[in-house]
Amino acid sequence: MALERSDVEKIAHLARLGLNEADLPRTTETLNNILGLIDQMQAVDTAGIEPLAHPLEATQRLRADAVSEENRRDAYQAIAPAVQDGLYLVPKVIE
Amino acid sequence: MHQLTLAEIARGLAAKEFSSVELTRALLARIHQLDPQLNAFISVTEDLALQQAQAADARRAAGENGALLGAPIAHKDLFCTQGVRTSCGSKILDNFVAPYNATVVEKLANAGAVSLGKLNMDEFAMGSANESSHYGPVKNPWDLERVPGGSSGGSAAAVAARLLPAATGTDTGGSIRQPAALTNLTGLKPTYGRVSRWGMIAYASSLDQGGPLARTAEDCALMLQAMAGFDPKDSTSVDQPLDDYLGELNKPLDGLRIGLPKEYFGAGLDPRIAEIVMASVEELKKLGASVKEISLPNMKHAIPAYYVIAPAEASSNLSRFDGVRFGYRCANPENLEDLYKRSRAEGFGEEVKRRIMVGTYALSAGYYDAYYLQAQKIRRLIKNDFMAAFAEVDVILGPTTPSPAWKLGEKNNDPVAQYLEDIYTITANLAGLPGLSMPAGFADGLPVGVQLLAPYFQEARLLNVAHRYQQATDWHTRAPAGF
Repeated sequence: MALERSDVEKIAHLARLGLNEADLPRTTETLNNILGLIDQMQAVDTAGIEPLAHPLEATQRLRADAVSEENRRDAYQAIAPAVQDGLYLVPKVIE
Repeated sequence: MHQLTLAEIARGLAAKEFSSVELTRALLARIHQLDPQLNAFISVTEDLALQQAQAADARRAAGENGALLGAPIAHKDLFCTQGVRTSCGSKILDNFVAPYNATVVEKLANAGAVSLGKLNMDEFAMGSANESSHYGPVKNPWDLERVPGGSSGGSAAAVAARLLPAATGTDTGGSIRQPAALTNLTGLKPTYGRVSRWGMIAYASSLDQGGPLARTAEDCALMLQAMAGFDPKDSTSVDQPLDDYLGELNKPLDGLRIGLPKEYFGAGLDPRIAEIVMASVEELKKLGASVKEISLPNMKHAIPAYYVIAPAEASSNLSRFDGVRFGYRCANPENLEDLYKRSRAEGFGEEVKRRIMVGTYALSAGYYDAYYLQAQKIRRLIKNDFMAAFAEVDVILGPTTPSPAWKLGEKNNDPVAQYLEDIYTITANLAGLPGLSMPAGFADGLPVGVQLLAPYFQEARLLNVAHRYQQATDWHTRAPAGF
């Protein structure tokens, strides 16, 4: 199934990626080429095969519910684009 | 001094033939002189390097004698380094100064290694040519018009050009082994979980693994010994004791059973490479190995499965780059959505956006079973192939790449053609197995690598086979003209 221009616009929105109108035809074509490669998978018989999520079949390790991190807010906010009074600033969301 | 391997440096430093400061200064001068031709470095951290070298010399004067104490290295620019820009080859992290060290960085620093800087790479490790970096392509020291491979292309070019004895890299689909092959180096991708991923900027979390690039297997053993080990901060790190990688290097190869997968020698392999691979097999037979043809029938499904799993995981991992907490933010956003969309559109390069879109699509409502789940089932088929093969052989041997280094720009316009270059390396990532590429000859002056794969946690075996091979051959000692 080939992607249409509107599909690509929807995917870009889901990924929160701005799309350039001029690039849309080429982006659509490239994505369709890649999906053509990926779709070769559909011919593989995987009936009865369990999906493999972790090569060593490891399960999530648990740890004690204890504080392990120190507060480093200032260090983390020193590299933020915009902060004020310990808060990250973004354009106004609620009028 | 730049010709010395890590092992030779360790002996020279121990014998007080030179100090770490002298060695560090010599290599920094060489980087300033030669790197403009290669573009292997994104950042050279001269002052920090000299401080670390002085500290290493002081530790040695106080009686310490570690193998890496005072040895110069550098990190691929996706390992977080506290106080030093960690760009991941991307505009979106061009201004990102990491607030902490990756575990690998910390471990190598504790061992006394001196970091000279941060190495160029494909943006977010997505690429096989090192041409997708925001900081420009890296050149192959064997031919400056050719690519060094990727995504650890800066690591490979710097070590091959003798700017450094060893460097860190990461391998999600071949990103250590393929550039090692294209630049005449030894590169090791450890078992998934052997080296901590903490502080390594994530591309595809179920495939990513850090490892060393160096000129010899012995040097890779020295690096791995320091890099590997359990890390409680990485939830997929494996709690299993480390082998003595150096101690196992010289074990005789008598009785070693080598498997040659017939699928590795089919159409698409450059006949010059096939010939070199078979010559390496003859050499290993002389050292006591026996050879058997094996089959990995599901290898042909690996590329489609990989190009679902890796982009799917990338689309999730890279959602954290939103222009809010760190990294690039677009100018004058109209609203929050505009801030997200434009920061990401302007901050990410083309290949990264492409993979995020493919992954977003594969994970979107209604497609999960057909794509991600089907890819994970194929992943098990590939693992099962390997398990069956390792019941009969100790290691699997084949080419690392289908062709030697190609010209810069040659495969830029066709992502699918470039994806197919990963055919021999990605199965190890999908199965989580360790793999190593070693120098084995030249095709018209361009290096050719041979790949060895082993069962889980048998890095020592890979290093042992490569080391014995390197004791009997001298391909790995050849240096590119002009470097």
